[in-house]
Amino acid sequence: MKAKFTLSRFSAYYGSHRALQQIDLLIPTRRILGIIGPAGSGKTTFLRSLNRLNDLTAGFRRQGEVRLDGEDIYGAEFDPIALRRRVGMLFALPIALPMSIYENVVYGPRMQGINTRSQLDQLVESSLRAAFLWDEVKDRLKSSGLRLSGGQQQRLCLARVLALNPEVILLDEPTSGLDPISTAKIEDALTMLKEQYTIVLVTNNTMQAGRVADATAFFFMGELIEHDETKKIFTNPAQQRTLEYVTGRFG
Amino acid sequence: MKSHNLREKGVQYLLTALAFSALFGLLLIALFILKEGLPFLTQVGLKDFIFAHDWEPQSGKFGIYPMIIASLWVTFGAMLIGAPLGIACAVFLTEFVPRPVMHTIKPMIELLAGIPSVIYGFIGVIVLAPLIRTHLGGPGLSLLAASIILGIMILPTIISISTDAINAVPNSYREGSRALGATRWQTVYMVVLKAARSGIISGVILGMGRAIGETMAVIMVAGNAVKVPGTALDSVRTLTANIALEMGYAVGLHRSALFATGVVLFIFIMLLNTLASAFVKQEIRRR
Repeated sequence: MKAKFTLSRFSAYYGSHRALQQIDLLIPTRRILGIIGPAGSGKTTFLRSLNRLNDLTAGFRRQGEVRLDGEDIYGAEFDPIALRRRVGMLFALPIALPMSIYENVVYGPRMQGINTRSQLDQLVESSLRAAFLWDEVKDRLKSSGLRLSGGQQQRLCLARVLALNPEVILLDEPTSGLDPISTAKIEDALTMLKEQYTIVLVTNNTMQAGRVADATAFFFMGELIEHDETKKIFTNPAQQRTLEYVTGRFG
Repeated sequence: MKSHNLREKGVQYLLTALAFSALFGLLLIALFILKEGLPFLTQVGLKDFIFAHDWEPQSGKFGIYPMIIASLWVTFGAMLIGAPLGIACAVFLTEFVPRPVMHTIKPMIELLAGIPSVIYGFIGVIVLAPLIRTHLGGPGLSLLAASIILGIMILPTIISISTDAINAVPNSYREGSRALGATRWQTVYMVVLKAARSGIISGVILGMGRAIGETMAVIMVAGNAVKVPGTALDSVRTLTANIALEMGYAVGLHRSALFATGVVLFIFIMLLNTLASAFVKQEIRRR
């Protein structure tokens, strides 16, 4: 299995607080990696380190390496803007930008200088279809993205990421604010998408990792406790703490 | 229990009375200006007042057209200078420097608002007017000088309100945009400024209200000649300057004419304030 991301001895700090400690992890291509762990265990920091979004946070520092296809993404040569176009991200709270549905989807491509109308039209349709949103919004592409329901906004955000044509999609608790039906739609979309994309899914819902992730990593207090095939993590984990967490005895 | 209730009621009545006294003051001023100014308008006629070019109180000519034009041009010029500078400064403070730097610089800028306008005027007379005279020509005391001084004077208003508007844009918009591979500037331009738009516009409009109402600094640097300006280097007299300059010795119809000038100014400023609050309301509704 080919590695998309390789982390070696990666640590992250906010000021003097260490959020991640010496993480070593391989993220394989075109599979879904689930990240589970209690609140404050460093899951989100881990995710935001993969597209360097933490760079925007005042006081953030890191040590160690993250390699994407063998290239050090924190290296001096590496352009974080280009990185974020290859590594898309979906947040816990769906944040449609304050513009129309259409403009939301083409925002990323436009920022890269794609302006041909036909090309954008086609991107909008294919991205919205892949995010299972097309049928619900095709007649009102010009209306504001902020008027959609929470579940629709999250799928709009997914479409927006897909329009970038990324290699990796990072998801930070993408269904935490959604009802079960919207959650099922997102999970369906993810299962389809792993044919084409490498997916990293941070979730507070342990069962969600069990449903969709191929491999699962358990984080606790900034440390990677265990990482294995999802089936193994949920049925026969090597660590006692993992067992206690997935069976709901703590956390 | 009973005395407790009594005190509550007493405080409530007192506060109501105080609140209305401010409103009452405003009402009195408005009534007074109208009472003094309206008879003049009925006597001379709106057309011979607002659209006539000659202001010769001694011979009964009361045309304020040149001053209306001067006020509008000076305000427009101040906007041309103050709005881009102020908005750029607000964007810089909120998006491009660390928070602590912003929290140091912003109060310093707001301090600019506390400098008396006569000081601005003084600097205008001593520094700016000679510069304009030697480098660009004309008398120096001019429409251009007034615009520049006013443009600087309204900076604190525009910067302060724009900074607050930009800070109120949720950070999730910025992260969402950056995560899609937009650069910092693209994010500011496409998302942040759009989301903060109505707040910024109301800041600019409030600055405009300040510029059109400013008197002292304008009297000192504008030159005060009553004529429609041909270029920015001509000397002009604004509505406010006209009232302040002649109030001391005006009697009879002349005095009424100055009050009527005040009515015109009052209407201008009311229009601007209504416009500004309409934008603020629109912003609140959208959240």
